[in-house]
Amino acid sequence: MIGRNWIIATALLACVPLAVSSLYILHVLITLLIWAFIYTGWSLMGRFGLVSFGHGAFMGIGAYVVTLLWNLQGISPWIGIPLGMLLAVAVAVLIGYPCFRFRITGHYFALVTLALTEVVRSIIIALRDTTGGSLGITPASALKDGATWSLTALQCSDKRVFFYAALVCWLVGIWIWQRIDQSMMRHAMQAISQEEDAAASVGVNVTRAKLTITVISAAMTAFGGALYGQYQQYINPETVASLGVSLQMVFAVIAGGMFVKLGPTVGAVFTLLLTEGLRVGIGNQINSLDSTIYGLMLVLFIIYMPDGILGKLMEKRRAGPRAA
Amino acid sequence: MEIFDIFLLETVLNGVLFGGVLALLALGLNLIFGVIDVVWICYAELMMIGMYTVFYLTKTFGWNLFAAFAAAIVIVSVLGVLLHVLVIRPVLDSEPINQLLVTGGMLTFMQAAATLAFGIEFRNVGVSMPSLVLGEISLPWSRISAALTALVAMVLLWLFLKKTYLGTAIRAISQDRGIMPLVGVSPARIYLTTSAIGGALAGLGACLLVLQYDVHPAIGLSFGPLTFMVCVLGGLGNMLGGFIAAFIFAQLISIGGFYFHIEWGYVMAFAFFIVMMFVRPQGILGGKS
Repeated sequence: MIGRNWIIATALLACVPLAVSSLYILHVLITLLIWAFIYTGWSLMGRFGLVSFGHGAFMGIGAYVVTLLWNLQGISPWIGIPLGMLLAVAVAVLIGYPCFRFRITGHYFALVTLALTEVVRSIIIALRDTTGGSLGITPASALKDGATWSLTALQCSDKRVFFYAALVCWLVGIWIWQRIDQSMMRHAMQAISQEEDAAASVGVNVTRAKLTITVISAAMTAFGGALYGQYQQYINPETVASLGVSLQMVFAVIAGGMFVKLGPTVGAVFTLLLTEGLRVGIGNQINSLDSTIYGLMLVLFIIYMPDGILGKLMEKRRAGPRAA
Repeated sequence: MEIFDIFLLETVLNGVLFGGVLALLALGLNLIFGVIDVVWICYAELMMIGMYTVFYLTKTFGWNLFAAFAAAIVIVSVLGVLLHVLVIRPVLDSEPINQLLVTGGMLTFMQAAATLAFGIEFRNVGVSMPSLVLGEISLPWSRISAALTALVAMVLLWLFLKKTYLGTAIRAISQDRGIMPLVGVSPARIYLTTSAIGGALAGLGACLLVLQYDVHPAIGLSFGPLTFMVCVLGGLGNMLGGFIAAFIFAQLISIGGFYFHIEWGYVMAFAFFIVMMFVRPQGILGGKS
């Protein structure tokens, strides 16, 4: 299942912290891997036509549950992360089940999930006494008295540790994508995304197939959110739980390619190179230039290259039907 | 207890007026939704540009307020046409979700471009209108005039759709897109007209909002999601339904904000939307499709 190229590529990636001493490059790579994991989670639904704007909510739940439990109750992220994922999954089922049961698809599904993101974001802001509201929140530091890491708090000042954690997490994400791609569920979901009634008529349990994929996707996104919070040591509603984050996921996945395994990762590379390139090239003062270009490119991508960068490249190489 | 009720009444009345504004915002979006079958996610961002137009024309160039209003309506209307020609038209035949996503891209683009061009400061046109005082209740005139304008605009739009040839063509095309070319109506032209009217209504919304709120690049995010939820809740393309939905939403936010905190009002409104989507996905007044 995992070819030689993969092992070599992973080994090369794993060597990066040994070869590169620049903290900046390491930081960019960690961010890249975390986002690539989240985008891969989003694409599990997106590739089957379930365009969700609700992943900001799942990511926010993951990040906030972990941080709040740690800050308020002193509960270790080791327990907090599964709890956050569980809550995200519960919310996903609560919203997903009726949506799929009542055949809410396309535009309507996107709007319901968008409302979900707004609900979660508004709740975080409304509970500003505990969550810090729009100002965000920082996990209480466990690194006192010169300690450089704390296993219970999942905090660590050494970026290399996070790099390996993010690398493993990303690999697991790719593995999940592949498992689903090779399973019967993929065929079921593909049939559903093309013609729901026809799929149902040949015995596909539409609601169950969609719900399974949604649960996996939500759990991954919540986990990614928690990891993001632990790494950045700061979260706020705009960066983890807003419509903006949801759109960012959609954009990156579409840019990279929604229908291919490494598409979301390519999307993460692409968007991050764009942001960092602009930051290095022009400087910090023009802080919304990258979003301006993102927005414009999202439009252009959908009009001219709906299969994304990697999708287009692979299509060219194979010159066959697209690997949908 | 007495004084408490007065405040509650004021809250309810304010909610009614806010509902009027929301109804107006939903009107243009609803028209486009019904006719072109596309959701302009970036609708509120068009309004934001209209608000900046009014701000700069009055503050920097010293225009009369009403001249600036007229200019804003025209400019946003032209933007609506451009949006349709440059962005919507190329994806009209692709999957419906792509149409949603391109306008999502436009949302990001317009918001960020406005930040680049105008900065993140909150700007106010500085027109202060008195409040209507009825006993112990005071209602700002800016809200009253906005709600009244919304009502007038809705009646005018209704008359236009019912009484004119163009209006009839627009209604016909929203019922059957395929058959209209056969009877000599060009959908492309109707789409352009609809986009122009939709844009003009967004411009009108901008004029009313600019009297009540400060302009900043992210203001679209406060109104955009609400606006299209009002449309969906009312039943797509159903203007009366949109009106009713606007008032329900406004009351939820207003009363929720009165008893708890304004964010809880939004939580209630959005949660209500989600539940209603499950109970009546075709909208409050929508027929079975």
